[in-house]
Amino acid sequence: MLTNEQILTQLAEKMPGLAISSEIAHDGILNIHTTREQIIELLQLLRDDADFGFNFLTTLCAIHYPELIGRELSIVYHLHNWQQNVRIRVKIFFPIDDPHVPSATGLWPTANWMERQEYDFFGVVFTGHPDLRRILNVDDMEVFPMRKEYRLEDGTRTDKDDRFFGRDGHVGQSFD
Amino acid sequence: MQVQSYFSSLDSLDGELATLNLGPTHPATHGIFQNVLKMDGERIVSAEPTIGYIHRAFEKIAEHRPYYQVTPLTDRMNYCSSPINNMGWYMTVEKLIGCDIPKRAQYMRVIIMELARIADHLVCDTVIGVDTGALTGFTYMFQERELIYELFEEVCGSRLTTNIGRIGGMERDFTPVFHAKLKKFLKGFPARFEEFNSLLDRNRIFMDRCIGAGPISAERAMAYGFTGPNLRAAGVDYDVRVMSPYSSYQDFEFDIPVGVNGDTYDRFVVRQEEIRQSLRIIHQAYDNLPEGPYHADVPDFYLPDKPDVYTKMEALIYHFKVVMAEVPVPVGEVYHSVEGGNGELGYYLISNGGRKPYRLHFRRPCFIFYQAYPEMIKGSMLSDAILTMSSMNVIAGELDA
Repeated sequence: MLTNEQILTQLAEKMPGLAISSEIAHDGILNIHTTREQIIELLQLLRDDADFGFNFLTTLCAIHYPELIGRELSIVYHLHNWQQNVRIRVKIFFPIDDPHVPSATGLWPTANWMERQEYDFFGVVFTGHPDLRRILNVDDMEVFPMRKEYRLEDGTRTDKDDRFFGRDGHVGQSFD
Repeated sequence: MQVQSYFSSLDSLDGELATLNLGPTHPATHGIFQNVLKMDGERIVSAEPTIGYIHRAFEKIAEHRPYYQVTPLTDRMNYCSSPINNMGWYMTVEKLIGCDIPKRAQYMRVIIMELARIADHLVCDTVIGVDTGALTGFTYMFQERELIYELFEEVCGSRLTTNIGRIGGMERDFTPVFHAKLKKFLKGFPARFEEFNSLLDRNRIFMDRCIGAGPISAERAMAYGFTGPNLRAAGVDYDVRVMSPYSSYQDFEFDIPVGVNGDTYDRFVVRQEEIRQSLRIIHQAYDNLPEGPYHADVPDFYLPDKPDVYTKMEALIYHFKVVMAEVPVPVGEVYHSVEGGNGELGYYLISNGGRKPYRLHFRRPCFIFYQAYPEMIKGSMLSDAILTMSSMNVIAGELDA
């Protein structure tokens, strides 16, 4: 059984230059942080190396953290080793002004629509993607609606603002 | 005219190919799907699917709703088996807040989820029959599906978009009427189901229409992110209920049926067998239904009894806190997946401690495997493409979220 420690030790051996940090998430799944420059190399190693065997791209999704200046956007890849039933997540962070990430479609064809979806909602540009168009929203939409600055409905409503309930939340925390 | 190079020299043949707009609202596609097909006679040269016609921004809405109000959004993804979506979501939240569910509630959930799986597969398999020209099985099996909906109605009051169960357990115990109806269903359904099965599974016309229609190899299916019956039809025995058991699935004995060719016929047969296996699971869960509470003791999330709210101060306070979502939630991220009607239905939840998800990403199996559709129908007849789509069981709600 492949443990999280083994994954990290072997990664350090097999990809020595890897800019990496890691953590164990709330659900026990190992999160590996890397850079967008190294992401494809890392994903390929995790997929093809017999010691890792993460054959299946479960899903990938983008996240917007407006308060992390210079690394506002994140892509999270969920990988799954079906033989040993181990899951990991690989995360990259990058600035929202330069939202370019190499596409994983060369490794998994299933990344095609997943990346189109994250482009559609977050404006992440996947370089090398064969057909990067909007997928769920209308073609002439001008914004990337899942970014946090876009409110859902009425932006003036503040009655459920977290600050009024003794929490450290911000306005983005209200049910607007 | 040269015949040998239809697919290699499309440009030169362009004038002779027809463009066919299949959908978005075509009766044969059972939902809102558009495919712009390039046709050479009745053969498909290429297909370009357009999706998003019923996109409702669930991921965005979920970032603006407390946890318990996300449940109705999950109903509307795969609306053929809403209870599985609901419970997948509850288990995600329960994983985040570290809540253990009593055994009885877990078994109750398994019964409901497997009933939902039967309903889901019944729709798919009977519709395959309809698309091959056999309407009879559909009309009979929909009466059976009606019985399943009556069971849901008995538990939660709703039929299609169920909102069944609660974070922390079930909303109420099984009622005597539910017990009676479930026993009646378990007694009557297998014979009627086998009668339906015998109409189709060795039927020469049905087999000739289905075998070889829309095949996909195991390798391509995995590369395309297939899960669920469509993947198992291609011969890979991946099932979340066995790989990562949730809600006590490890207590039950059942088999994972697999196909060989990954074609329409295999998808049909795999789903038929899964219905039998689901019945096995329901029998085991129902016969061994443990005594005990039907929900966990999590007052921060589970609403108190209504009479207590009117008479006890503490219950009133908790009622208010639950409804206003004024409850502490751990900071962290969790991924939880369940075996939905169509495969691995995953919830990736990121909490920043606030009253609503910071980010909630749905891994929707339909969305992921539908992108293989153009490859699967390339070079096939138009009528086979219709059949392939219905046998993949693409549910528009889950596709578009």
